[in-house]
Amino acid sequence: MNLQRREALKAGGGLGLFGLLAAAGLITPGQARAEWNKSAFDAKTIEETLKALGASAPANSADVQITAPDIAENGAVVPVGVVSALAGVEAIAILIEKNPNPLAASFMLPAGTEAAVQTRVKMGQTSDVYALVKVGGQFLMTKKEIKVTLGGCGG
Amino acid sequence: MADPMKIRASAKEGITEVKILMSHEMETGQRKDTAGALIPAHFITEVSAEHNGKQVLAAQFGTAVSKNPYLAFKFKGGAKGDKLAVTWMDNKGDKRTDEVQIA
Repeated sequence: MNLQRREALKAGGGLGLFGLLAAAGLITPGQARAEWNKSAFDAKTIEETLKALGASAPANSADVQITAPDIAENGAVVPVGVVSALAGVEAIAILIEKNPNPLAASFMLPAGTEAAVQTRVKMGQTSDVYALVKVGGQFLMTKKEIKVTLGGCGG
Repeated sequence: MADPMKIRASAKEGITEVKILMSHEMETGQRKDTAGALIPAHFITEVSAEHNGKQVLAAQFGTAVSKNPYLAFKFKGGAKGDKLAVTWMDNKGDKRTDEVQIA
């Protein structure tokens, strides 16, 4: 009995604080849904990043595709797109294995938004690029190696 | 205040395609200036797109996103003349919102 009461109080208290912050304009609805995931962006390895994203063992899947060049001449601007034919994709993340912090960007897709995003990323060196997709509470992953030729000599 | 974004949104057969070009330094915090001191990180952390007030994309960026970030995505619905608003926020608390009409 007492325990339940405590839980209820705690929940109520938490809501109260949140409501206050929202009312004060500190939290907008968008922010409340997805606060910047510092631990994931600060992670140094793919494993740490996946853990911080809550995806411990993503299965490899052919239903996730990375659209990117095999060879990128300029590592500062590498166009990377992630496309999935699966329905109900909730989130997409782009990870670059050999960057200081692998996680480049993550996207939350509300219902109605297609699983097709494209952006440009920086790559320090030739590396495997991973696309992580969350669909129906499950994580799927695919990877593609992108070669970076520095100096633009095409070697 | 940062420069305005370039946003293109076009509706075709029930799907709206959005292309956004943001104007931002995207400093990683790993580079050094000529004196050898680290240049502090300054980058966009969050991007949000709203179609008639309903969120259609929420993105989080790390430092690995290129300077002047480009972002393209598609969503179902959206008609010519509808409003599409895009907001970004960076790690220094700066933010910018731009709005376009879907073409």
